[in-house]
Amino acid sequence: MLSKRIIPCLDVRGGVLTKGVKFVGNVDIGDPVESARHYYEQGADEIVFYDITASHEGRGIFLDVVERVASQIFIPFSVGGGIRTVQDMRDVLLAGAEKVSVNSAAVNDPDIISQGAAQFGSQCVVVGMDVLKVGVSEKIPSGYEIVIHGGRKHMDLDAVEWARTCEALGAGELCVNSIDADGTKDGYELTLTRMIAEAVSIPVIASGGAGNPQHMVEAVTEGKATAALIASIVHYGEYTIPDIKAYMTGKGVKVRSVW
Amino acid sequence: MLAILDYKAGNQTSVSRALTHLGIDNAITADPAVLSAARGIVFPGVGAAGQAMHELTSTGLDALLRKLVQAGKPLLGICVGCQILLDYSAENDTTTLGIVPGQCAMFNPALTEEDGSPIKVPHMGWNRLKTVRETPLLAGIDAQAEFYFVHSYYPVPAPENVIATTDYGLQFCSVHGRDGLWAVQFHAEKSGRPGLRILENFADYCQEARRAQ
Repeated sequence: MLSKRIIPCLDVRGGVLTKGVKFVGNVDIGDPVESARHYYEQGADEIVFYDITASHEGRGIFLDVVERVASQIFIPFSVGGGIRTVQDMRDVLLAGAEKVSVNSAAVNDPDIISQGAAQFGSQCVVVGMDVLKVGVSEKIPSGYEIVIHGGRKHMDLDAVEWARTCEALGAGELCVNSIDADGTKDGYELTLTRMIAEAVSIPVIASGGAGNPQHMVEAVTEGKATAALIASIVHYGEYTIPDIKAYMTGKGVKVRSVW
Repeated sequence: MLAILDYKAGNQTSVSRALTHLGIDNAITADPAVLSAARGIVFPGVGAAGQAMHELTSTGLDALLRKLVQAGKPLLGICVGCQILLDYSAENDTTTLGIVPGQCAMFNPALTEEDGSPIKVPHMGWNRLKTVRETPLLAGIDAQAEFYFVHSYYPVPAPENVIATTDYGLQFCSVHGRDGLWAVQFHAEKSGRPGLRILENFADYCQEARRAQ
């Protein structure tokens, strides 16, 4: 049986790490390569790098950071932020990433999902979804809407419908990030996570809101996610990955416990 | 020196980075002379069996691999490299290398996980091995260690060649072979320390084999 995955997310800006609360007031917390190695040694199952400003300010991905990471950590990692074309995808995969995450670009041009899947395989293509709770309407029947540019732009697109579209186009995985929960430490948006996980048959990663290990247990049980993204609770040393995994094991969740 | 077979099928660079990290001299190559001179060959691969076989046959590397294995050159297949050592793959209905007896089948999506939920195909993520047969390749590997898998097809070699199995809807063969000719379905180069240990065990075996000659 597969283990549920714990995935630290490293937001990168200008080659250094940041962690924002609701995408404002970011604080620099260090070198992404060093942090990746630290989490690798601590038992992270995967690592996500997100160039947090790239899609907004039009910056490219920091391929040298990706290459340095690839030569120091030997678990899968994915790279997102500012991926606009199949060539951008190829560049990060060649630099050593296993997976590439598309977000705004996929909303603007869904063909990038099918093209990426055809060229590199579905397992390489993760679609990141930023989602805002807006209330049920005719346009947004689930009550959850897709937003882009860090929550600044509403897309009139229903999150559940978009998840199904991504799967049909060949996405290998979905990372569902709740803008409402992000940075609150009150727990993942379980209703949203479960709604998406039940709508598709590809793996769903819960993102946004982790404050303690119980939240991760909830994400993979109640929320039906196969993985949980974490950031500030480990970045600031409140919990370590072994703490989290020991807690999850105690709650009967299968996680990777030897590394 | 270990040769990493270069046949335009993906993850040669990841394998090379892992070997370099371990201090193991390696080269990504399709040069028959380099492959023949190497202590051992790592045969990696991602993608589809049909395309991989096309690359191998169009360059004559298929015949070279058969010849080198027959002459006793140690070889480690990884992922697609593990699958196409067999006779046949259901993926693209492909006749494969036929170096190891057996075939490759697709996961049936109707199979279920231990908790009753249907398995997702591809099998992607971390899973354990159940060792059926002791082998130098798995020396020092903790029984609880997990490995990173990404695949939709799995090897079905002759029963005497099964070294370890993994549970995913069924017990499938995740390591097969015999001393000096091994294949792992998971990505050893992306499976943390236990995966690196397997690469190291292979390199050690190759070194011993060279010394014994």
